[in-house]
Amino acid sequence: MSSAVVSTSAAHGRPFVFDVEDVAEVCPQPSAAELAEARPPQRVFYASTDARLASVTPASRLAVRPAPEMVSSGIAAMDVLTGGLPRGCLTEICGPASSGRTTLLLAALAAATGRGECCAVVDASDALDPQSAAAAGVELSRLLWVRCGENSPEKSLEQLLRATDLLLESGGFGLIALDLGDLPPQAARRIPLTTWFRYRRAVEHTPTVLLAIERQSIAGSCSSLLIKMGSQRTEIKKSADSQFLVPTHTQLLIELEITAELVRSRQERKPVRSTEIMFTSKTAWAG
Amino acid sequence: MPFACIFVPNFPVAAVLRAEPELRAQAVAIFEGKPPLEKVFAANESAGRVGIAPGMTKAQAELCSELTLRPRSRLQETSAHAALLDCAQSFSPRVEDAALDTALIDLAGMESLFGSLPEIVHAMSQRIASLGLEANIAVASNPDAAVLAARGFSGVTVIPQGKESESLGSLPVEVLFAGWVEGERAGKKKEDELKKTSERLVATLERWGIRTLHALAALPEVALSERLGQEGLRLQQLSRGAAFRTLVPVEMPAVFEEAVELEFPIVLLEPLAFLLNRLLEQICARLASRALNTQELRLTLELENFSSCNQQSEINHQQFCRTLRLPLPMLDPKLFLKLLQLDLSANPPGAPILKIHLTAEPARPRSSQGGLFLPPSPEPEKLELTLARIASLVGESRVGSLELLDTYRAEGFRMKRFVPGAYPDGAVLETTRQKAAAEEKSAVAALRMFRPPLRATVTLENGEPARVICSKKKEVQGTVLWKAGPWRSSGDWWEREAWARDEWDIALQTADGAALYRLMHDLLGGGWFVEGTYD
Repeated sequence: MSSAVVSTSAAHGRPFVFDVEDVAEVCPQPSAAELAEARPPQRVFYASTDARLASVTPASRLAVRPAPEMVSSGIAAMDVLTGGLPRGCLTEICGPASSGRTTLLLAALAAATGRGECCAVVDASDALDPQSAAAAGVELSRLLWVRCGENSPEKSLEQLLRATDLLLESGGFGLIALDLGDLPPQAARRIPLTTWFRYRRAVEHTPTVLLAIERQSIAGSCSSLLIKMGSQRTEIKKSADSQFLVPTHTQLLIELEITAELVRSRQERKPVRSTEIMFTSKTAWAG
Repeated sequence: MPFACIFVPNFPVAAVLRAEPELRAQAVAIFEGKPPLEKVFAANESAGRVGIAPGMTKAQAELCSELTLRPRSRLQETSAHAALLDCAQSFSPRVEDAALDTALIDLAGMESLFGSLPEIVHAMSQRIASLGLEANIAVASNPDAAVLAARGFSGVTVIPQGKESESLGSLPVEVLFAGWVEGERAGKKKEDELKKTSERLVATLERWGIRTLHALAALPEVALSERLGQEGLRLQQLSRGAAFRTLVPVEMPAVFEEAVELEFPIVLLEPLAFLLNRLLEQICARLASRALNTQELRLTLELENFSSCNQQSEINHQQFCRTLRLPLPMLDPKLFLKLLQLDLSANPPGAPILKIHLTAEPARPRSSQGGLFLPPSPEPEKLELTLARIASLVGESRVGSLELLDTYRAEGFRMKRFVPGAYPDGAVLETTRQKAAAEEKSAVAALRMFRPPLRATVTLENGEPARVICSKKKEVQGTVLWKAGPWRSSGDWWEREAWARDEWDIALQTADGAALYRLMHDLLGGGWFVEGTYD
């Protein structure tokens, strides 16, 4: 007969189950009288006396959750920082306008369609630029674009959530991106946390990368990877590299410097502290 | 050389029961004729038990409360006949369309494909039942013996070679004339002629005391020939099961149509879905029996007349057509029903429906080879349904894949149907090779569009934007920190939709730092717009 002790680890927020034999010296077997006096049992339960533990699996028999497969994000520096984008997990990319969120999204889409996968972009504000997507190398025939947001932000959010549900239910997509980048944080926070939990459960054990682009992190602990994008030091290069004032028509926006910070990662290679990288993105006409 | 015959007894009733299977347990009678002279044309066994017989007036039949009366439907009979031929065709390419209710099949060489004769007959019986028809099936060494056995014996009959006379002997002589009228499918005049001849012959045989085929077969040939002529001899050959003729195979067109006429018009989509489901199941069963799929479904609804004073518009509005085009050949009635439902809820007919006509364009089933190392891709059936559902959510034109147009116009793209193609062979290796090169390539700065572009008030200094105010988006305003431009472009000047514009890339101060926007000056319309943001 197996007996087990259950304790709750506050640090990790999940119950652990130990075999009683393993913790005998910590927790010696009490007598019948002691058992009768023990009211109510606190934190320590004996399976032999409590039928509730019959369904509890000892930790020694628990299967270890396999680490998710990581796929390339399309930007080498980002892959070094995060190890790639995890399949079967929710990844959040947040940051303000002009912080490089869409650049990262298009790079990930280009990498996924390059692998031959079908991708979907559920666009809350109808903001995707096809020319940019083509310039980033996205294979457009493998990209499904769902354009929400014809009416109001509320309607658009509702459409986005239902369309995402349908796409996750359909399955078979390599990457599903939710573009909430232009929605005000107040509107984006209206998405209930239960929806994000549902998405996380729906995408779990599937080869789909679920990506959300937003201004601020809104999925809480549902996201396995949280990347904060920023442009703390915006440097715009000019085509004519001159120290003198040049006329505006001779200037061209050719490069943006983007910083990315790894805020949270559930992977084994969890960093001790947040790490930050910097990479540049060139405009389509910069060559 | 064995021949099989599939005979559907009481065909008009069977055709109605195929369309309304819930009536199988009830007493059903079919009437035809012009009101108020409608007469019962056919009735099933249950109706016969409660005293309903062909020839009764409709008013008489209506006195029976248990009886369900249905008008004769030529459309349903045609569909049932096509289903019968489809079933026959699924076993052999040599099929004779003997009558509306009878199909003859040449089974020569079919044993190697389908097994022994009893196995073939059993499979036929299952196949015809799956098409919604109850039929008698008989196998004999010649076509006429097979027809007589199918018409005379209910269920499945296999007559061994040489035992035809013995097996058919117990059948009444009327069975010889049963298929005459239907079999000829001639004009009304010839039909009456044949009817009279058969009645005369039956009466003569009755007078002689000849009631079974056995008795007819035993008559002396010369004496029979003297009294009834060549027709008598032919009937005797038939009754002996010794007549032989060549099968006349038909080339059947691959037309898959099902239709239903309604007694009362349908107004709501929900009851329509029930009927569509039935039609789709029938049409899919027929396609499956011919090992075919479909890539296009055409739904034609005949609507109740509009009270329109314009004669032309009245004609135009009588029919409502919807076509469902699928990216790949499919055969799933539930999927088709859901797609049609979504389509009809997005485009309702707008008037009560009187008649439903459904046609499927046949296509060869798709064949695809799966691979262990191929990337994941959505199942076509599931994807189609998902796309239809999303289209009903956001609009048909707002979901799909992108196609860039050969133009410099700002929104130079169009949406098209999302059909993920098959992953090309060898592409995995190619991708691996290109992977390193792609990763080394720097990211491309993306533009996020504002659709429609945001109208802005721009203050100019020396002809260059110095300050931008956008009333619709409060964060897009402030002093221009940096600017590049103008980038002038124009096009389509030979058309009405000519365009000419100056583009500026500007940086504006925001709470989080600086944000980069694309500012556009419409040279023809004369306005400033914020087109998007670099992100």
